[in-house]
Amino acid sequence: MEKNLSSRTLAELASGLKAGEFSSADIVRSALDAVKTRDTEVKAFLGVNPELALREAEAADARRAKGELRSEWDGIPVGIKDNIAVKGEKLSCASKLLAPVVSPYDAMAIVNLRKFGFIPFGRLNMDEFAMGSSCENSAFQKTANPRDVSRVPGGSSGGSAAAVAAGLVPAALGSDTGGSIRQPAAFCGVVGMKPTYGRVSRYGLVAFASSLDQIGPLANSVEDAAALLAATAGADKMDCTCLPNGCDDYVAFAREGAKTPDLKGLKVGLPKEYFGSGCSPDVAKVLQDTIEKIKSLGATPVEVTLPHTKYAVAVYYIVATAEASANLARFDGIRYGDRKEGADLIDGYFKSRGAGFGSEVKRRILLGTYVLSSGYYDAYYLRAQKVRTLIRKDFTDAFKACDVMLAPVTPTVAFHFGEKSDPLQMYLSDIYTIALNLSGCCGLSLPAGTGEGGMPVGVQLMAPELGEARLFKTAAALETALRK
Amino acid sequence: MAGEKIDIGYVAQLARLELPPEQAAQLQCELENIVHYIDELAEVDVTGVEPTAHAARLFNVWREDGVGTSLPRETMLANAPETVDGELIRVPQVLPGEGSN
Repeated sequence: MEKNLSSRTLAELASGLKAGEFSSADIVRSALDAVKTRDTEVKAFLGVNPELALREAEAADARRAKGELRSEWDGIPVGIKDNIAVKGEKLSCASKLLAPVVSPYDAMAIVNLRKFGFIPFGRLNMDEFAMGSSCENSAFQKTANPRDVSRVPGGSSGGSAAAVAAGLVPAALGSDTGGSIRQPAAFCGVVGMKPTYGRVSRYGLVAFASSLDQIGPLANSVEDAAALLAATAGADKMDCTCLPNGCDDYVAFAREGAKTPDLKGLKVGLPKEYFGSGCSPDVAKVLQDTIEKIKSLGATPVEVTLPHTKYAVAVYYIVATAEASANLARFDGIRYGDRKEGADLIDGYFKSRGAGFGSEVKRRILLGTYVLSSGYYDAYYLRAQKVRTLIRKDFTDAFKACDVMLAPVTPTVAFHFGEKSDPLQMYLSDIYTIALNLSGCCGLSLPAGTGEGGMPVGVQLMAPELGEARLFKTAAALETALRK
Repeated sequence: MAGEKIDIGYVAQLARLELPPEQAAQLQCELENIVHYIDELAEVDVTGVEPTAHAARLFNVWREDGVGTSLPRETMLANAPETVDGELIRVPQVLPGEGSN
């Protein structure tokens, strides 16, 4: 059976468009059909704008006819997480408080994406304000894992991962603050990548934890993820934390890795703290098989150490919630959002925020407020920032002994709805992804096998800051070898 | 700090969050569990360690001091819950006094 256009890789779509086998409008219609049919069960999209998407597709087809292509991917739709601003589209962050809000402008990642001709398509579900690991914290709907709809897709970019895995869109953008791209990618069996902190502008990304947030791609292949990063990354005067460094040709590195899967001379670090008893046997087995695969490609595994790993969850939930409590203070129902009337101005803040935020968001705002409050600041927030320094140093030291690191993404395959009702247990499931955000380095989740219940298992490759080219080349080589 | 009780009402006051009583009780219990867990940071020796506030190497960024265009007023006011003739955001009364408007 021929694959739906919306479920193909960007590379397949680019070559089909070039050969005139189908048009951009055909791809968008295929995505719209998939949203109307398959997505009634998966529920990845909060909404789509069919007229707008088709209009943009027709404009792309017209550019192609005139030979004025913006890139080889001109006219391909990309799903967008609901915390990234797209002009004229809703920007709710899956929160009741922001339900009425429409973006007045495009995020810089979207501006860049359009320069390549990609079409921003629809609003993808997420945990409210990107706080969660299962998408169960969305105020509007629960997204299901397309591989088994009784299980969660992961989070917080669960809609993005599920949409790509279900073939609703060929690729999507998500955001990763503590694993929110890599973990759902692993749960749904797609490629998900967190760039180096500052590689993609955060202008127009609704802030959760500003020192950790990064926009990144979810896609069907490493090459596709590289293409989306190439189309979104780069310096931006609107975000002073955005890195001024030029971008490598990510797609060329990914293609080279896929064409010649040879990792001779590459030292692959295995952080021993990630290989303990915390991993379930099925995930550990896929990881061991992947190590054998890496060896067969000529790479040398070396044991490395990240000694402060056990503190990463605690540091993260102090730093991220402290930043969130400050960032989310702006949502008071005055200038935008769902305003609730109170007895006076201040009471209105309490009512708007009390009614608008879901319980996980409240929990994190309260925790962040607590660790920043007088008398606790030094013991929690300041101490966490110091331990963060030690965690960053762990990564710097480890990368002196290896070129990339290989680790699990998650301790288990995707869990069932309602399985993790205790918030702390949910936080602890982020153990393998959050240290990377604290370090600022880049990482990628690659589907590498299946585990319990036939569910996908991802492996995580990590590279130093601005090591994206090496990361894509290594991941593409491994991806090619795993497909054989 | 181990085993410390959290005054959830006070923290919610700081965060300007209205919490129904049953939600406050549950959140307090969950927060105490989480704080108990993050207390493990107390065992790390951080003597002489500088705090890290950011993952990026922060440096000052300058831009041209030139006149630019901004977004139109109607675009920016489109999301306001209430406006005054589409020109201003109408906010709840800030200072106590007679009536509003």
